[in-house]
Amino acid sequence: MVAPCLLILGYAFFERGTWGGVVYTFTLENFERVFDPLYARIFLNSARIAATVTLLAILIAYPAAYAISRAPKSRQAILLFFAVLPFWSNYLIRTYAWIVLLNREGLVNSVLRWGGYEGEPLSMLYSEGAVIVGLVYNYLPFVILAIYSSLSRLDMSLVEASRDLGAGPVRTFLRVTLPLTLPGVAAGGVFVFVLSIGNFVTPALLGGGRFQMIGNLVYDQFLTANDWPFGAALGMILIAIMIVLLTLQARATNRAAGTTREAIR
Amino acid sequence: MMGWTRRNAGGRATLVAVFGFLYLPIAVLVGLSFNEAGLPTVWSGFSTRWYGALLGNADILGAAWNTLIVAVFATAIATVLGTLLAIGIETRRRASTGLEALVFAPMVIPDIVLAVALLSFFSRLDVTLGLHTIVLSHVIFDLAFVCSIVRARLKHFDYSIVEASRDLGASPWTTFWRVTFPVLMPAIVAGALLAFTLSIDEFIIAFFTAGAGRSSITLPMQIYSMIRFGITPEINALATIVMSVSAAALLVSQWLNKDQLR
Repeated sequence: MVAPCLLILGYAFFERGTWGGVVYTFTLENFERVFDPLYARIFLNSARIAATVTLLAILIAYPAAYAISRAPKSRQAILLFFAVLPFWSNYLIRTYAWIVLLNREGLVNSVLRWGGYEGEPLSMLYSEGAVIVGLVYNYLPFVILAIYSSLSRLDMSLVEASRDLGAGPVRTFLRVTLPLTLPGVAAGGVFVFVLSIGNFVTPALLGGGRFQMIGNLVYDQFLTANDWPFGAALGMILIAIMIVLLTLQARATNRAAGTTREAIR
Repeated sequence: MMGWTRRNAGGRATLVAVFGFLYLPIAVLVGLSFNEAGLPTVWSGFSTRWYGALLGNADILGAAWNTLIVAVFATAIATVLGTLLAIGIETRRRASTGLEALVFAPMVIPDIVLAVALLSFFSRLDVTLGLHTIVLSHVIFDLAFVCSIVRARLKHFDYSIVEASRDLGASPWTTFWRVTFPVLMPAIVAGALLAFTLSIDEFIIAFFTAGAGRSSITLPMQIYSMIRFGITPEINALATIVMSVSAAALLVSQWLNKDQLR
């Protein structure tokens, strides 16, 4: 039992050693460069794309998770399994599938032409929209799972109480169900945001390298520009964003738990 | 119950739409892999020629072999360590929070950050990159998943049977192999299958820790370069096979987990 613990301590040293590897050429310059307008723009752009992806994923996932949680108990497990199954298939392949669909000679354009569309084939690939669709598609299963897990833990007697006290379905949803399941939404949302903002495969494949996100920037610094300290600084900022968001989410979850307890009292 | 059915109609429509969105792209790939022409625009008849082409492609076969080696070794190491770690964390309540955070960090850290961290670590130690560094890197994140699955099983573990075994005179070693281990077995196998699936599919970390040269290219890396090169019908066949393997492993893992919940 001690051996794996020691090994994990070794892994702890791993990460520190890694950042240590950065330190010896480390000046504040790298972080200053992050705020250089050129890179700051990429950061803001990535943040905007990640935020859009997060919002869309939640808007699609919530109704789906809600529908699953209202399905007969016996069917919920299987529905959930099939909702999450694509998440476990290869990320590259799922992204590639969108190239096939959005291509100028792709399925979407074929269907359009078959439907009587006469004009130039739409070029949907290699655009910001394609990147957003790809990211939403890839992370959707996880958001469904996160929201479902908080919906399934929802105390249905609270919903019934709200209905008994005369609130309509819409009001019950907005005042009871939604606030009580926000922790699940936040958990899914933070996950999608963090993974989207640091993603490099989807922008590289569906964005056609036309615009960069932080992930691509990190990739370039390490494998093309060979500027490891700057790449590491960017990576550290990604981690910092992740820690801040996770902390906020944990705090929000605690507060939600507190208000629930008060509401019940 | 009446209202339930009415509400369910909307729910069903939502599910059909969302499942359509999730499975349409996958269905298109699988369909195209059997298309004679291999192009998305025209359906020219059923054919398995692209599967045949895969069998003749030495690059792909080599990459598949590398992937298998990495997955088998990473899974074996991660399963043993992850199981021991789970037992360690669950039986020693104190001082586990920091340890827990360390073990589970690889599950949440963005892949690319973990990948560059490992790359800089290996190069700092002057380790030559290759299949062995991919294996080591995969162990780190596989470990987190194995450990969390085994821990879930341990949470429901009835420790009185361990005490009973000790009371009846069994040594700690015998107790572990005859009592604890059989109870944990389904979770360990489920964890191993998950680790195997993750290793087969993992791209970014392998990409960074593989080093230069063709000898340590894994299947996802091969797929990535094929995609960048342009659409070739062979990818559709390859994608179908890879997805089937992942889905099968996940089905078995899920089935074992279900058994565990009972």
